[in-house]
Amino acid sequence: MPEDKTIQELGLDEYKFGFRDPEEYFFKTPRKGIDPEIVAMISKHKNEPEWMLEFRLKALESFFEKPTPQWGGNLNDLDFDDIYYYIRPMENQGRSWDDVPDDIKNTFDKLGIPQAERESLAGVGAQYESEVVYHSLKEEWEKSGVVFMDMDGGLREHEDLVREYFGTIIPPDDNKFAALNSAVWSGGSFVYVPPGVHIDIPLQAYFRINAENMGQFERTLIIADEGSYVHYIEGCTAPTYTTNSLHSAVVELIAKPNARIRYSTIQNWSHNTYNLVTKRGAAYENSTIEWVDGNLGSKLTMKYPAVYLLGEGARGEILSVAYAGDGQHQDAGGKVVHAAPNTSSLITSKSISRGTGRSTYRGLLKVHEGAVNSKSRVECDALLLDEHARTDTYPYIEIEEKKVNTEHEATVSKVGEDQLFYLMSRGLSEEEAMAMVVNGFIEPIAKELPLEYAIELNRLIQLEMEGSVG
Amino acid sequence: MLKIENLQVEIDGQEIVKGLDLEVGKGEIHAIMGPNGSGKSTLANVLMGHPRYEVTGGSVTFQGEDVFELEADERAKLGMFLAFQYPSEVPGVSVANFLRTAVNSVREEEISPMDMYRLIQDKMKIMQMDPKFAERYLNEGFSGGEKKRNEILQMLMLEPKLAIMDETDSGLDIDALQVVAKGVNELRGPDFSAVIITHYQRILRYIEPDHVHVMLDGRIVTSGGKDLAHELEDKGYEWVRQEFGAGAQS
Repeated sequence: MPEDKTIQELGLDEYKFGFRDPEEYFFKTPRKGIDPEIVAMISKHKNEPEWMLEFRLKALESFFEKPTPQWGGNLNDLDFDDIYYYIRPMENQGRSWDDVPDDIKNTFDKLGIPQAERESLAGVGAQYESEVVYHSLKEEWEKSGVVFMDMDGGLREHEDLVREYFGTIIPPDDNKFAALNSAVWSGGSFVYVPPGVHIDIPLQAYFRINAENMGQFERTLIIADEGSYVHYIEGCTAPTYTTNSLHSAVVELIAKPNARIRYSTIQNWSHNTYNLVTKRGAAYENSTIEWVDGNLGSKLTMKYPAVYLLGEGARGEILSVAYAGDGQHQDAGGKVVHAAPNTSSLITSKSISRGTGRSTYRGLLKVHEGAVNSKSRVECDALLLDEHARTDTYPYIEIEEKKVNTEHEATVSKVGEDQLFYLMSRGLSEEEAMAMVVNGFIEPIAKELPLEYAIELNRLIQLEMEGSVG
Repeated sequence: MLKIENLQVEIDGQEIVKGLDLEVGKGEIHAIMGPNGSGKSTLANVLMGHPRYEVTGGSVTFQGEDVFELEADERAKLGMFLAFQYPSEVPGVSVANFLRTAVNSVREEEISPMDMYRLIQDKMKIMQMDPKFAERYLNEGFSGGEKKRNEILQMLMLEPKLAIMDETDSGLDIDALQVVAKGVNELRGPDFSAVIITHYQRILRYIEPDHVHVMLDGRIVTSGGKDLAHELEDKGYEWVRQEFGAGAQS
C-alpha cells in the first residue's frame, strides 16, 4: 500500500478557484454592519422609488426582530456586524463585451467560461460584486417582449411589474434571512416572459463574490406569463478568504397558467461562506416549476427550494444534489405545498458526504384539504464516502386530505470496498474509482442539466474530492 | 509469466490458502478445479489485489514483478485481469462510459471516441450482445448471464496478458457458456494466458486447458492434463478427498 499522505501535504485542500482581483470599487458602504442609515444609503445610491425604501426599512425591522434560527446548521459564529452590506464595483453596466474591464474579464477567464460559450449562449447576466456588470440579450427576445436584466434595472424600467410581484412569494418577514435580503438586496436578475413565448436557450447569470467580508444579497424575480417557457441558470464560484462570508439570496418564481419555469443552480462557494438562500415558486393552473439545485462548497448551506402548487393540475419538481466535504454542512432539500386538486410533485435529493462532512435532507411535503387526487413522491439518497461521514434525513409530511397518493423513499449507501476493487481491477486509480461512483450517483441530476453544466458539476465534484483518498 | 510460490492467505484470521504453488507460462491455459470452500475464489481475489485478504506468506510474481507491491489498478496496467464471480453494480455509470475509462486507463495512449465506439460495437458483436446494452448502468439489474458476458466483454476490450476467471461458468446455461467460451478463445494465442477457476469441467469442453490442477483445502493437490478434468467429472470430488485429502496425506 502506498503511504498515506494528508490533504495538506498534497496542497489539495485549497479552494480551487481561490484567486482574487485587486479591489477597485466605485461605491462601498462607509462601514461594516447594518442599520437604517446604511439601508437608506443603499436605496438613495440606487435612486430608488420611495416605496422600495419603505419596503427595505420595514424588512430591516423584521430582521432585527427575528431570532437567528437554531434548527438546521450552526449559525452562532456568523457575525452580522462584521459584513459590508453593499459594494458597487463600477459606474455603469457594460453594454457590450468590449466595455467590460479587463480584470473582470480575467475573472471570467479563471472561472473557465469560454468566450465562445459566452457569445453563443445568448444572455449572460453576470453579477460581479453587487451589481450586474455585463448583460446581453439576443435581439429576437427583445422583439418578443422578453425582459432579462439585473433587478435594479428591472425596478427602474419596469417599476409597475416589480411593484406588483416583488416580495409577494417570499414576504420580508418570512424568515430572518429573507428579511435581511429584503433590506439590503442588490443585483440579481429580473425576468419577464410574455404569454406564449418559449425561450429555447437558457438564460444564464454568473454570480461571483469578490470583496472580503462582503455579503451578497442578490434578489431574483422571474415571471413566466401564461403558456410561456423559460430555463434560467445560475452558477456561483466564490474565492477563498479567511473570514466568514455571507451569501443570502432570495429567488421568487411565478408561473402563470400553462407556463413552465426551470431554474438550475450550481453553487460552489468557498469553504468559509454561509450560504443561506430562500427560493420559492408559485405555480398556477397546469403550470410547472422545476428547481435543479447543486450545492458544493460553503461552510454551511441551508437551502430548501419550494414550490407552492396553487392552481389545479400544477406540477412541481425539485432535484437537489449536495456534496459535503471536511468541515462542511449541507442542509438542503425541498418543500412542496399542494393547495389545489390534481397537482403533482417530485422531490429527488442526492447527497454525498465525506470525512467530517455532514449532509442533511430536510424536506416538507404538505397537502391541504381539498387538494384531491394530488400525487407526490419524495426520494432521498445519501452516499457516504467513508466511515466518518454523516447524513441525516428530516422528511416532514403534513397531509390534510385523504384522497391523495404520496410516496417516500430514502436510501443510504456507502462506497464499498468491493465496488472500488472492481473498478480498480480495470485500471482506475482509487481516486478515479471513487469519482466514478460519485458521478454515477449524481447522474440522474446531471442529466437534467445542459451538457456544459453537467460537465462542470462533475468537474467541480472531482476537484472537491481530489486528495480525499488517502 | 505468473509464478506463485508457497502462497498463504488469511481472511479474518482464518487461513484459507495454505501454501500454494503454481506456475503459468506464456500462452498457457490452466484450469483450477475444486469443491466449494477449497480456496479457489480467495486465490483469484488475492492475485488481483483485493484489500480484504491478508497474505501471510509466500510470493507471487507476474512477469518477474512482485504483485504484492502493486495496487489492483497497477496490476491491471501490467496486463492482469480478473473476471469476477460477483461483479459489483455501479448505478449511473453506463457500460460504454466504464469501458472507455477502463481502456484509456490501461493503455498508454488514449483512443479516439470514434475508434472506441467501433471497438465496443465489435466486441459486443462477438459476445452476441444488443448494442443498447452499452447504455445500461454497469451491472445494475443485469441477469447472471448478462453479468458474465459483460465481464468477458471487458476482457476483450482490455486485452490482458493474463486473465483469471473466477467461476465465470457457474449459473450459465449452455448457450451463454458457449458465448463466454467464444470470448475467451478469441483472445487465445501465444500472448494470452488464463487461469480458469471452476467447480465443473463443463466449461473445459469449450475452452481446452493445457493444464488442470485440483485444489483442495487451500492447496493444489494434484495436476495433470485435460484428462484429469474428465476423471474428476467421472469420480467426483469425494475421490480427490480420499486420495489427496488431509487423512490420505498423513
